[in-house]
Amino acid sequence: MLSSVQNPRILLLHHCRRSKPLHHHHRLRRHHYPKSIHASPLPHPISASLPTSQIQTIQKSILSREKTTRQFAEEFLTRLRTTEPHVKSFLHVSETVLNEADEIDRKIDRNEDVGPLAGVLVAVKDNICTADMPSTAGSKILENYRPPFDATAVRKLKESGAIIVGKTNLDEFGMGSTTEGSAYQVTSNPWNLECVPGGSSGGSAAAVSARQCVVSLGSDTGGSVRQPASFCGVVGLKPTYGRVSRYGLVAYASSLDVIGCFGSSVADAGILLQSICGHDKLDATSSKREVNDFTSQFISKDYFESQPLKGLRVGVISETLGDGVNQEVVSSIRGAISHLEELGCTVTEVSLPSFSLGLPAYYVLASSESSSNLSRYDGVRYGNQTVSDELSSLYGGSRANGFGPEVKRRILMGTYALSAGYYDAYYKRAQQVRTVVQKSFKAALDLHDILISPAAPSAAYKIGEKKNDPLAMYAGDIMTVNVNLAGLPALVLPCGFVKDGSASLPVGFQMIGAAFDEEKLLRVGHIFEQTLQGYSFIPPLIADEFKSSSVKIYQLG
Amino acid sequence: MALTLFRGIHTRPLLPYSSAFSARKHVIFCSMQSTQTETSMKTKQQAPSNFTETARAKAVEKVLKDYEAIIGIETHVQLSTTTKAFCGCAYTYGSQPNSCVCPVCMGLPGALPVLNSKVIKCAVMLGLALNCKLSLSSKFDRKQYFYPDLPKGYQISQFDIPIATNGFIDVDLPLEFGGGHRRFGITRVHMEEDAGKLLHTGSGPYSQVDLNRAGVPLLEIVSEPDMRTGIEAAEYAAELQRVVRYLGVGNGNMQEGSLRCDVNVSIRPIGQLEFGTKVEIKNLNSFSAMSRAIDFEIARQAELYNQGQADEIVQETRLWEEGSQKTFTMRKKEGLADYRYFPEPDLPEVVLTEEYVNGIRESLPELPEMKRRRYEEMGLTMQDILFLANDVNVAEFFDATIAKVPDIKLAANWIMGDIAAYMKNEKLSINEIKLSPQELSELITSIKSGTISGKIGKEILIELMKKGGTVKGLIEEKDLVQIVDPVEIEKIIDKVIANNPKQLEQYRGGKTKLQGFFAGQVMKESKGKANPGLVNKILIEKLNAKS
Repeated sequence: MLSSVQNPRILLLHHCRRSKPLHHHHRLRRHHYPKSIHASPLPHPISASLPTSQIQTIQKSILSREKTTRQFAEEFLTRLRTTEPHVKSFLHVSETVLNEADEIDRKIDRNEDVGPLAGVLVAVKDNICTADMPSTAGSKILENYRPPFDATAVRKLKESGAIIVGKTNLDEFGMGSTTEGSAYQVTSNPWNLECVPGGSSGGSAAAVSARQCVVSLGSDTGGSVRQPASFCGVVGLKPTYGRVSRYGLVAYASSLDVIGCFGSSVADAGILLQSICGHDKLDATSSKREVNDFTSQFISKDYFESQPLKGLRVGVISETLGDGVNQEVVSSIRGAISHLEELGCTVTEVSLPSFSLGLPAYYVLASSESSSNLSRYDGVRYGNQTVSDELSSLYGGSRANGFGPEVKRRILMGTYALSAGYYDAYYKRAQQVRTVVQKSFKAALDLHDILISPAAPSAAYKIGEKKNDPLAMYAGDIMTVNVNLAGLPALVLPCGFVKDGSASLPVGFQMIGAAFDEEKLLRVGHIFEQTLQGYSFIPPLIADEFKSSSVKIYQLG
Repeated sequence: MALTLFRGIHTRPLLPYSSAFSARKHVIFCSMQSTQTETSMKTKQQAPSNFTETARAKAVEKVLKDYEAIIGIETHVQLSTTTKAFCGCAYTYGSQPNSCVCPVCMGLPGALPVLNSKVIKCAVMLGLALNCKLSLSSKFDRKQYFYPDLPKGYQISQFDIPIATNGFIDVDLPLEFGGGHRRFGITRVHMEEDAGKLLHTGSGPYSQVDLNRAGVPLLEIVSEPDMRTGIEAAEYAAELQRVVRYLGVGNGNMQEGSLRCDVNVSIRPIGQLEFGTKVEIKNLNSFSAMSRAIDFEIARQAELYNQGQADEIVQETRLWEEGSQKTFTMRKKEGLADYRYFPEPDLPEVVLTEEYVNGIRESLPELPEMKRRRYEEMGLTMQDILFLANDVNVAEFFDATIAKVPDIKLAANWIMGDIAAYMKNEKLSINEIKLSPQELSELITSIKSGTISGKIGKEILIELMKKGGTVKGLIEEKDLVQIVDPVEIEKIIDKVIANNPKQLEQYRGGKTKLQGFFAGQVMKESKGKANPGLVNKILIEKLNAKS
């Protein structure tokens, strides 16, 4: 499989590797990538392996009464039942999916409006509140906790006709990169069940990858949507901070947290974002900016011009392709870069000298905020309470039993960083770094339309491999945390594979845009995806089903 | 949550030891340690006797010959906004426990605060009223500590950039305490949220949490350490209460805890530059308690100094106890508490525009100090001024009364005399009596013009305060117009003289004191309506005519 999917870019990559190493101190250096090897001219012939918008497929089928909502729902639920024992994406699966599907079918029968996400099965990360399902944030301290309200994003989904299929696994409170930090279970990567799906939104990424749901919601504080998207071969969208209301998102680090979207196509992620974004009077940090119609970007590739991205200025962040980054990952990114050049982009390298400062700054800020945000889990009002005769042992016992080791570690780090005498050295200094990072991104994005980097320094690794090495785990966030510090939107989409024994694991690349310019990211992402030949990002776990799939592939447009 | 389980709870006095507790399903229980700060104790509200009062005053006077007291006050003013500071919950004092709560003020996972813009308005109003410098850009911070009445584990407050700083407040001390004008500095005013309350069950080894008050907006006002006596401190707090009530930002009710004062007291030998160790006093439920507690504390500290035990004055929090009229150690401070303040990431910074501030400045009402100075210019005595300006409603009543009839002294006398007495007896506020300022001015006019006598005026006043109505209506209804026609009065006098020949004879026989008897009979015959001046004049003429 590897040889078939990596052709023809494997040659290009070898070529690149021979070229001299990138010079990090060069702030802006035009880097020429050889194009001669590229064969296929645009547009490509229609291929069944090209990702299609499942949301649009469902919408068309049910409205044309070609297929019922129930049929789609059953199809996904069947797959969910078959794959879930292996993948373990879900902490809770709804029992009302088919009833809700029937209700939509009845509405269609009555010619009633059913909404743009009618019949779309959406999985929701378990740190996003749902009134009718448990919301544990992957923590024992919230075991069996049922919120009395829906998060704003969930409310909007329901208003759009979506069916919430269940709650997905995550590292406790979003603190982790593998789902190994979950108090309940470890999710497996559908591409290789011995590998992690990434995290913290690993459940949501794996659920979309294994086609257990159509799309899913995750949350991204330091890369928790983008890294698992890359590991699982799906599209992950981290919107601009403030684009989506955080009301109902269990807070980890309030100034960095954002709800994000997973889909098996750029269009699906975009349509999902469209339905959940916008100002919310319940979140004072949500933006009042007008929201454009992103979905108009998702035109059929039949209508693409020969160089549909002509003139687009793409900056490759040079610091992200250097030491410590897996060479096969670098190769895949270079492949993606060449593809962008084919599409007409002008690609240059850009150096962000503050890039390496982002990781320590992120861990200081995120831990500080989390030490405060997690204070409310005191066992007094909700969650598990340890019975005790004395107040401090009630707190101590409830929190000692309720929180896992990674959460405790971050609470301790954050408490330390905010303590009198240390505040200036840690929290304040990290805030200063954050300002520097924001400025350097701003400067880079003044000269480029989008910036490019890998989504993670490696592909998925084995379960247990980094579990006892928190620093190695933290280092894996190097590609993503800066974007949260800067509050920018970023889109991760699959672009290639790395060798994994006899099989392969997907690799995603990250496109970073200017604040509130999700529209551009989605447009570029959609064109990239619809013109990327020879790749299929359907994991082997379900590949057989899709080869003989009765799912009719609709062309967009 | 289990609201109904909170029915029938009682507060109980603070236990000096930490009580055990148990957990029951659906109820918030937790243990209550001796660190509690609530002022819900039921202590005997015993008025101090005159003896101890005088003794106390003398003791303090003696102390202050050798020592100087340094007093600073932190005041929390609850704002009477319709909804809480960061959520849409309405709050009413005394509601069923946990009935004014929502996910935000209960600190549920995922809930976020959104600032109520009325809180900013109140803060700007108070900041301006206290002559402060406003920060056009301020922010909220989190103050972090664990306590069961603090749902989020942090209080949203303002730390290094408060909304208002560097102001002052002017106070006129009451004459009975020597009078005089004082100006006390205001260090800062900042916005924050209140915590809930712990309730201690009469039975059962547990405490309960009522989160109704959690998230209610507060303004904390920190004074400069400018006060030197208990009276000054109490007057500072009273003036703050007046300002709050004049502005209408809060009800300033100390018993309900809508206005709470924590006082810091230290003393130093006169002439010494460095400050002594300060002690914080809590549980001050009235201005007089504040004044007494401070004087007690000054005397206590001076006694320790005098006995060479100044090192026993330690930084601590003491509670004032009404029963014994003493302060007691509540908790010793073990080093400085680290609240790990950091900027609240859930709330954007608070930005004020010049236009917004100017708009509020222009709409500020007349404040107590301005009112007192105006009354002073009107020629009222300081005693009258302090009485009238003390209560914003009384002051407004007075101002409305004199708007039509500019007889300032008469209006003041009526309000401070008969009306105040009635209000006191009936336990009513000036807004609760049925008399309107318009009718009071009508009454004053009617007396001045002679339409009714002063005596009848007093009777009508009672009627007006009880039942309302108009002066004109009552005069007509009860036929109370004063008889000022000499001919008519003469007729009545003739009748009275004719009916009392015996007394006339005695009068004329030299018993001239009987004039009063005749006058009384005339008034009785006229049902009190005869003009007393005319009656006397004509009566004397008649009685003496044929002698």
